[in-house]
Amino acid sequence: MNSSVIQHVEGRAIPVRGNDIDTDRIIPARYLRAITFDGLGEHAFEDDRKSNPDHPFDNPRYQGASILIANDNFGCGSSREHAPQALMRWGICAIVGESFAEIFLGNCTAMGVPCLTASTADIVKIQDAIEADPQREMAVDLKEKKMTFGDIEVNLQIAEGNRLQLIEGAWDATGMLLEGRGAVREVADKLPYVTGF
Amino acid sequence: MGQSLFHKVWDAHAVRTLPSGQTQLFIGLHLIHEVTSPQAFDMLRERGLTIAYPERTFATVDHIVPTSDVARPFADEMAEDMMVAIEENAQQFGLSFFGLDDERQGIVHVIGPELGLTQPGMTIACGDSHTSTHGAYGAIAFGIGTSQVRDVLATQCLAMDPLKVRRIEVSGTLGDGVYAKDVILNVIRNLGVKGGTGYAYEYAGSAIEAMDMEARMSVCNMSIEGGARAGYVNPDQTTYDYLQGRTYAPSGEAFDRAVSWWRSMASDADADYDDVYHLDGSALEPTVTWGITPGQALFVSEKVPALTDLPDDERDVAAEAYDYMDLKPGRAISGMPIDVAFVGSCTNSRISDLREAARVVEGHKVADGVKALVVPGSKSVLKTAESEGLHHIFEDAGFEWRGAGCSMCLAMNPDKLQGREVCASSSNRNFKGRQGSPTGRTLLMSPAMVAAAAIAGEVIDVRAM
Repeated sequence: MNSSVIQHVEGRAIPVRGNDIDTDRIIPARYLRAITFDGLGEHAFEDDRKSNPDHPFDNPRYQGASILIANDNFGCGSSREHAPQALMRWGICAIVGESFAEIFLGNCTAMGVPCLTASTADIVKIQDAIEADPQREMAVDLKEKKMTFGDIEVNLQIAEGNRLQLIEGAWDATGMLLEGRGAVREVADKLPYVTGF
Repeated sequence: MGQSLFHKVWDAHAVRTLPSGQTQLFIGLHLIHEVTSPQAFDMLRERGLTIAYPERTFATVDHIVPTSDVARPFADEMAEDMMVAIEENAQQFGLSFFGLDDERQGIVHVIGPELGLTQPGMTIACGDSHTSTHGAYGAIAFGIGTSQVRDVLATQCLAMDPLKVRRIEVSGTLGDGVYAKDVILNVIRNLGVKGGTGYAYEYAGSAIEAMDMEARMSVCNMSIEGGARAGYVNPDQTTYDYLQGRTYAPSGEAFDRAVSWWRSMASDADADYDDVYHLDGSALEPTVTWGITPGQALFVSEKVPALTDLPDDERDVAAEAYDYMDLKPGRAISGMPIDVAFVGSCTNSRISDLREAARVVEGHKVADGVKALVVPGSKSVLKTAESEGLHHIFEDAGFEWRGAGCSMCLAMNPDKLQGREVCASSSNRNFKGRQGSPTGRTLLMSPAMVAAAAIAGEVIDVRAM
C-alpha cells in the first residue's frame, strides 16, 4: 500500500467551538511573511489564544490531540494554505466539522488532511463527550465514513472525489495531472485565446 | 435547455475525468504574487518539475509592499526575503513579472483586467481568495492554495469538482450614494457567509447590467465572502468596450473574432440554474458592517440587531461580535466614531472608487484625530488619479496619498490598525484582527461612505453630505 493512503485516522481529539472561524484567526497574516511553512504550528490560533487563556490549543488536556472537531463554516476567508499548514504542524491529521469553507477544504485535501462533516447535533454531542474525557481515543474511518468515540458512533459525509483521493493515496494531484499532458495540449489547442483569435 | 456561462467555460476547459471522479480542468490564466507562491516553487524544485505553460503565468507583488517607502532592501527583512524569492523564481522559471520598478505593478486583481490579461470565457486561478474578482469579465476564476499553485505551475491544470450555479438577479436602479459594494454586502447579508458554498454566483439583472466593469469587479470580488468560490457577470458591450485597446487584449480583426467567441460563451437566455435569488436594487441603502463577518451588515439607517432578531444559527457569532466590537444591540450604526479611514484594497481601489471618494471629500477636511489614507490599487490607477488631480483633493483634505498595494486590507505590510482602533474601510473582511491589531475593529463600506466617515469622524450616511 502506498504511504499516501489515508483510510483511518486515530488519536485524541480537540474541540474548537465556534461558527465562521476564519483563516485569519487560524493563522494571523503577520506569520505569512515567510518563504516557507516552517514554524507555523506554534502560531496556530495565536490571537484567539492570547485573548482566551482557556483556548483548547493551550489547554494541557488536549496536547497531543490529532483530530480537530469544528463547527460551521470552518476555515472561511483567505485562501492561505498557511492555515491548514499551521494546524497540521501543530499536530492535526484530520478535521471533522459541521461544514467547511471550500478553499480551505481543498487545501486540506491537497495536503492529505481529511475534512469530513457531521450533523450539528452529532458534532455538539462529540464535542461535549471529548470535553468530558479528552484522553479517550477517537477513530475516523474514511472507508466506512464513520467516527467512533467510546460508545458514540457518528456517520460522516465527504465528497466522493475527495474520499477516493485520500483512501487511494492520490491526494497529491500533481502526478495524476501530469499524466494527462497530451490531453491538456489538445484542450489548449482548441481554445481560441490560447491559439490566437 | 440552454447552458450557463459557467458550464460552457467548464466544458471548454475540461481535459478528462480523473480516477477520483473529479475533472482535470485546464487553467487559461494563472496569476501569482509573493505570499502564496514561494513554497510552490520550492516544491517544483524538490520534485525536479518545470513549468508546463510559462507564458500563461504572470507575477506581481502586492500584499507585503510598503505603500510609503519602497526603497530596497525593505525595513522588514521577512518582506525583503519574499520580494527576493519572487524575483528569483520569476527569473529562474522564465515568467513575466511586474515588480516594483515596473509601471504595470499593482494588486493582482486590479492589474489582470487593467492589462487585458483577464478575458471572457477563460478559466483563471490565483493563490488568493479574491480571484473571484476576475469573474466580472465573464471568466471563471478560482482562489487556490499553495499546493494547487504548484499543480497549476507544473501542469496548467487543477483537479476540481464542478460547482452549482445560482443566478443572483439584482433588479431596479441603484439610488444615489448606493454602490456595487452595497449590493454585494446585501447579497451576503441575505444569503449568509456560507450560503454560496458549492456554488458559483452569476450576477445579473438591470442593476448589474448598468454597472461599469470596475463596479462589477467589486461585486464579484466579495463572492468568496458569501462562500461562493467563483462569481461572474455575463460579458456584454460594456465588457468588450473595456477590453478594447488593452495591452494583452486582441486587436484589429482579431478583436472582432474574440468578441464573437466571448458572446458565444455567455449564458443562454434559457439556461438552467440550480437556484435563483432576487434582490431589489432600488430598495438598497448605503450599507455598513457592524460585526466580525461580512454578513453582519446593516443599512446605515438601521440599528445593531438584537439576538432575538436573528436566526438561531447566527446568534453565537452575533454575541461574539457585540463583545469584540463593543456594540450593544439597538444602537444605531450611524454615529459610531471612527479612528481610521481606509480607501483601498482589491475590492475598491480602482479609479472610479477614487473619483467617488474624491467627490465626497472635495472642499472638506478630515475630522480631528482621524487618520485617513487612500491607496490606489495599481501604479496605473495612481497615475490616472494624479493626472486628474485627485491626489490634491485628498491631500488638501488631510488624507495620506500612498503607493499601490494591498495596504491596510490585511496587515502584511507596515499599514496596520493599532490597539482598539475602529476603521471605516473599503476592503472586504471585517474578521477579528484582520487589519493588523488583534483587537482592531473594521467597518466595511463603500469608498464614498469611507470618505464621508473620514470627514464626519463617525459613520454617516453619505447621502446627507
